[in-house]
Amino acid sequence: MSLVTDAPLVDPAVISKVLAKGRSTGAEFAEIYVEDKRSTSAGLDDGKVEQVTSGRDRGAGIRVVAGDTTGFAHTSDLSEHGLLAAAEAAAAAARQGDGGVHTVALQPLLRHPVNNVRVAPSSVAKSTKVELLKRANDAARSIDGAIVQVSAGYGDSMRRILVANSDGVFAADDQVRTLFRVSVVANGDAGMQTGYDSLGHTIGFELFDENDVEELAERAARQALVKLKARPAPSGALPVVIKQGTGGVLFHEACGHGLEADLVGKGASVYRGKMGELVASPLVTLIDDGTMSGEWGAIGIDDEGHPSQRNVLIENGVLTDYMWDFLRARKEGRRQSGNGRRQSYADLPMVRMTNTFVTNGTDEPDDIIRDTEHGVYVAKLGGGQVDTASGDFVFGMVEAYLIENGEITDPLREGNLIGNGPQVLRDIDMLGNDFAMGNPGTCGKDGQGVPVGDGQPTLRVKSMTIGGTAA
Amino acid sequence: MRNEVPELQAIADRVVAQATSGEQIEAYVSRGGETAVRVYEGEVEHFVSAQSEGIGIRVIRDGRTGFAYAASLNAESIAEVLADARDNVQFGTPDEFAGLAVPDGVPQVPQKFWDDELAAFATADKIEIAKELERLTLAVDGRVRVEESNYDDGWGEVAVATTTGIRESGRGNSCYTSVSTLADDGDETQTGFGFSVGDSPKEFDLQRAAKEAADRATRLLGAVKPPSKRLTVVLDPFVTSQFLSVLSSTLNGENVAKGRSLFAGRLGETVANPLITLVDDPTNPLAYTSTDIDGEGLAARRNVLIENGVLKMFVHSSYSARRMDTRSTGNATRGGFAGTPGTGCLAMHLVPGTQSQQQMIAGVQDGVLVQMVSGLHSGVNPISGDFSTGASGMLIRNGAIAEPVREFTIASTLQRMLQDVASVGNDVDWLPMRAAGVSLVIHDVTMSGA
Repeated sequence: MSLVTDAPLVDPAVISKVLAKGRSTGAEFAEIYVEDKRSTSAGLDDGKVEQVTSGRDRGAGIRVVAGDTTGFAHTSDLSEHGLLAAAEAAAAAARQGDGGVHTVALQPLLRHPVNNVRVAPSSVAKSTKVELLKRANDAARSIDGAIVQVSAGYGDSMRRILVANSDGVFAADDQVRTLFRVSVVANGDAGMQTGYDSLGHTIGFELFDENDVEELAERAARQALVKLKARPAPSGALPVVIKQGTGGVLFHEACGHGLEADLVGKGASVYRGKMGELVASPLVTLIDDGTMSGEWGAIGIDDEGHPSQRNVLIENGVLTDYMWDFLRARKEGRRQSGNGRRQSYADLPMVRMTNTFVTNGTDEPDDIIRDTEHGVYVAKLGGGQVDTASGDFVFGMVEAYLIENGEITDPLREGNLIGNGPQVLRDIDMLGNDFAMGNPGTCGKDGQGVPVGDGQPTLRVKSMTIGGTAA
Repeated sequence: MRNEVPELQAIADRVVAQATSGEQIEAYVSRGGETAVRVYEGEVEHFVSAQSEGIGIRVIRDGRTGFAYAASLNAESIAEVLADARDNVQFGTPDEFAGLAVPDGVPQVPQKFWDDELAAFATADKIEIAKELERLTLAVDGRVRVEESNYDDGWGEVAVATTTGIRESGRGNSCYTSVSTLADDGDETQTGFGFSVGDSPKEFDLQRAAKEAADRATRLLGAVKPPSKRLTVVLDPFVTSQFLSVLSSTLNGENVAKGRSLFAGRLGETVANPLITLVDDPTNPLAYTSTDIDGEGLAARRNVLIENGVLKMFVHSSYSARRMDTRSTGNATRGGFAGTPGTGCLAMHLVPGTQSQQQMIAGVQDGVLVQMVSGLHSGVNPISGDFSTGASGMLIRNGAIAEPVREFTIASTLQRMLQDVASVGNDVDWLPMRAAGVSLVIHDVTMSGA
């Protein structure tokens, strides 16, 4: 079965009418975004497959820009009538006097596929998907009798998008994502502990040819078991070593959000006005790359119809660029960077990350640990949160160990780490040569969630505050 | 007074009428609209006007559950959803407790959910509110900038029907205004926010929202990182509300049934300081998340979960109740047409004590007033009870507010924090969240900083 079909979701003749209607009140820009997303998910909990869910989300968002004002309306009615009504509402919201008649000549349909899908999830029987859940459940429970609860989830989605605007942009993309997650509860003398792992790529069901759900379940189970013996995490500032492929969220929070041009433009980023300056340790080169085939944040085009691209944000510690969407790039008179994304047709696009990562350094990972007298080794990070204006950010450690005399020793209970973005970036004093991408993530901003990836080699921050309770 | 929605009810009824012998069906239908205005530097930055609708259908046969949804109410989509849900049934594991809610005779508590004045509110006036809030905020303090000023409103209609005899519909609307601020002092920038809610925009208190937004940003200017130590914390009502939301998962009957609650098997035991009486009461019209029915269509009701420190009950949906051999407490939750019901607290509050926050602070020799927390989703584990969160606020020295502090964490465990509560304030604040706020004094919490 071929996933890519050249038949657009909406007839180009109708699109032209909708864009003309969008500009009928004087707006200089009109855009139509059409989405048709089919998803399948299945959940297992407490030993039972609770249910299989099928979902369909389909609709269009019309955006009209007049001066600094954006009007937006969305509809689930994709008929010519429904789209014209939404365009009229969006145009009314951005009214700028009488605009007259504008005809739009659409460019030929642009496709810029970066992801290859070998096995469309829609071609796989639901029973095969459900079977994965049972295998993960059995695998986690067979590790140890202390594993008292397992929940597993499978999800796939096929998202077809079409974007056209009054500048002639006309682009389409098919985005297929497949995800699997396992969480477990282990019970011991000191109470319960949890373990979690997940797997997600912008590919089809071949995800499971290349990855083993049993291994994933085993990792989640071992994480919970290790924590049964955990002692309280330290309280206070210590060196922190972060394992490869688990700490991308650190950069996502410590500087990623602060490099989004919409926040920079409003002076809500600690990195405003710092272009060309040294903002991080010279070891750090930070890249956002939507073209990394198969990665969770990979996209052919962004949700404004711009082809995804690789953007170097920090090079050898020097700030080289921010990330841009259509509106911010227009305001600054520069090219957008393929970072205009939205959760769905019902949302306005804004500047978002794709796959954000730090490139390899030269240190051997073992040397980094050996060189650390007393500190914390974080083997798995949880989520995080940042205040982009002050730069203060937190992130959780869900699997961590003490480092004593250059060796990894006791497991630690969960907690948050807190730091200030620019300070932490400067404090990275060792960077490994073992780069790996991390778990699939969902980045939330202004109420919208989009899939993002991250990655990094093993690294050390010479001092961060650990939010534990032990003196 | 209820506002029934016959048109949506008819759609739900038509789906349920298609049930065959041995098949249970639930149809959940909703429709809604929103307006969102964002103002920046005196101009409208965006104006969003949107409508949406959808249906979710749950089918149960032989103890197996299947579900499907679509963001559309046209006949073709509904037929496809029903067919998908039926197809999905075969993949579920038989569960003797699977099933739909059954009417239990508990009467609904009438409340007002619809405001005609809000429904008729003019677009130009909505824009003016956002502009006015921006102006008021800028006027509070010269160091304050406004990142965005918003007016949001929405309306929703919902209908649910089941083969077990549930048949409910209703509609509601609400509005909200909010402002995000930045305050600068040299190289340093801090952020704040303020908001106001009401049945209609007439009830907004824009002055208070503006003042809070400006204060939150300016009070942290010059804040330092405090040293690490154990001390007493005073939680601002806004923080207590978030603490209660985390705690709610331990009182969730489904988590108890599945061995994910640290309170499982502890009914009747003292789990908190006797000062703590925790109530879930969606029938209280002051609660932001008040409702007359739960996510399965049963009447919402007042439940006392912890009374004078003693664990009295867990909250239940019909599923968790069947598993625990008890009755639903009207606590099915639902995120909309795209999901199936879960179990959870709906509108929590702590029964207030007698002291004002000022009196509480006066009783603290060495402590910190925590005004903001961050990373509750990443550093708090309601299954193990580990609690660690980023924080900012003001140090308390000898009963008086001292210097502002930021970039630190506070940590303990949920179990200990409940036992270590030393005072509950008299300042209940019905915040726009799932739990009301109130000031809380907790002893022996670890502050980690420099």
